Amino acid sequence: MKLENPLAAIFHPPPTPGVLGVFGHLDATVDAIGKLRQGGHTDFTVYSPIPRHEIEDALDQPVSPVRMFTLIGGIAGCAVGAWITLYMSYDWPIVLGGKPVGSIPPYVVIMFEMTILFGALSTILGILFNALFAARRLGTVAYDPRFTNDKFGIFVPCEPARAGPVEALLRGSGAEEVRRA
Amino acid sequence: MADASPARGARVTYDFVTRAIARTLGHPGKGYFALLGSAVALLAVGIGCLLMLLRYGLGLAGYSHPVYWAVYITCFVFWVGIAHSGTLISAILFLFRSGWRTAVYRTAEAMTVFAVMTAGLFPLIHIGRQWYFYWLIPYPNERGLWPNFKSPLIWDEFAIGTYFTVSTVFLIMGLIPDIAAVRDVATGWRKKLYAITSLGWRGTNEQWRHYSRGYLYLAALATPLVLSVHSVVSWDFAMAIVPGWHATIFAPYFVAGAIYSGVAMVITLLVPIRKFFHLEELITVHHFENLAKLCLLTGMIVGYAYCVEFFTAWFGGHPAERAAFWYRAFGPFWWASWTMIICNAFLPQLLWFKPIRTNILGLFVISIFVNIGMWFERYVIIVVSLAGEPYERFTNATYNPTWADWGIMAGSFGWFFMWFLLFVKNFPAVSISEVKEVLPAPQRGRGVHA
Repeated sequence: MKLENPLAAIFHPPPTPGVLGVFGHLDATVDAIGKLRQGGHTDFTVYSPIPRHEIEDALDQPVSPVRMFTLIGGIAGCAVGAWITLYMSYDWPIVLGGKPVGSIPPYVVIMFEMTILFGALSTILGILFNALFAARRLGTVAYDPRFTNDKFGIFVPCEPARAGPVEALLRGSGAEEVRRA
Repeated sequence: MADASPARGARVTYDFVTRAIARTLGHPGKGYFALLGSAVALLAVGIGCLLMLLRYGLGLAGYSHPVYWAVYITCFVFWVGIAHSGTLISAILFLFRSGWRTAVYRTAEAMTVFAVMTAGLFPLIHIGRQWYFYWLIPYPNERGLWPNFKSPLIWDEFAIGTYFTVSTVFLIMGLIPDIAAVRDVATGWRKKLYAITSLGWRGTNEQWRHYSRGYLYLAALATPLVLSVHSVVSWDFAMAIVPGWHATIFAPYFVAGAIYSGVAMVITLLVPIRKFFHLEELITVHHFENLAKLCLLTGMIVGYAYCVEFFTAWFGGHPAERAAFWYRAFGPFWWASWTMIICNAFLPQLLWFKPIRTNILGLFVISIFVNIGMWFERYVIIVVSLAGEPYERFTNATYNPTWADWGIMAGSFGWFFMWFLLFVKNFPAVSISEVKEVLPAPQRGRGVHA
């Protein structure tokens, strides 16, 4: 009997079957995205070396939820800034320079800096969380190193039996190279 | 985000950009190691002086009553100032959709991070008992006493800490797609290094969707941050009542000066990088000209601030304030003040002329003079204002920096250049994906090919 490492399924999951198209032109890629969407495909992956509005528009994705992370982080930072300054002032009240023990104007500086700090860090967390969440299938999806250089790519997951029409669609929209994964 | 630059030839395609920038990570040649060696040697001098300072105390620095803030604080403000143009170019110009920033922003941003790392050392060196540096962290001491949040020095700690953190994550964020691009063309151990540091980037639509949004918000957060940080640094002085420091113009004056010195430093660093790594087709004269225009603008603001300071001292009519500014211009430190005024206010006027703005060597020379001038600006504000303190008329206010001061200052330059040189050698010093963004995309219809 063959012993299988139970972690293999997590760290080396089997590749997703599908078709990978390599494109040399942006307009051809956009064209293919439109045709795929018309054909009812939804869960395909588009690779591009740079972010392009044409691709974004063709995919018609919702706005990234990262903005909620930024907002919540910023508000939390401001609250933390207010809390540490006021709490620390009243924890051992000392009158300095004849000013109130908890005097807001100088604390605005701390509140502002903490807003930026927490906002920025939660934005990073938001990107990581969302991109990792989106990437949970990434290791199994076909990729080509040219996609970070000068080629665009589309990977369409589909069963080998149904790959024929997808291949034809990608070729028809101008893919330079189409292969099965 | 179209780049108006006409100077880039048709040869500059996506593939050309990737190859040209990946090539900077190859064998660097002897010149690079000579520069790195000099930087490490300077750092060694600084560390030697610092060890002496630790052993024998602040008596080795040239402090004499009433000048207790001197070269270390001057260097602190100088390096924080240098740090400012990086975020200006990467965040503010990003929000303004200035296409030309793409070729220069990575260098500026790396400079920012290393300049803040350098600046952060100086308050620690300056405090005297350096081994108690952790007292700056807000936690109660043994008697349950918390830090004084009404003190601008505590604001400064928060501002610099935030600035360092945010500019570092901003730099790393921008690097991720570029590290992935060099990963895909690299070989050997470098491929492994970049495979790990690219965090699995593949440029999928989902990754770009979250990345682009997140980058926008980071830029939006960094923009007010960069304006706040040097304002807070200026309040270290402006909140005190020392004549020459206590002025409401200090925050905008310091921010403009910071961006001015930072842009000058970007020019100083970009000229040799462009030459060494043969990036002439990516970083063109057009980019240098735009940097020169930024220099001219901020230099004019700085010159205006000098005039306003003197005018206010005269117009305000306060004898102490008038005495402080008379001392500044015509006292024993007249040479420092006039170096500052000539380098910062007069010399950049040359940038009105296009032949000078487009002359790389000329810009390099001017940028070095601006750096010198901006160092002296901080020296004048800090040392000369304290030495000329009119309430301290009966003190012997002669101040001279000592070898320990100069040695530690030289060490700071070594520290900065060491990090910077290591960075440009090991990571893409010009943004690959953003330079591609301003190129025309390969389109079937228009016959532009990648």
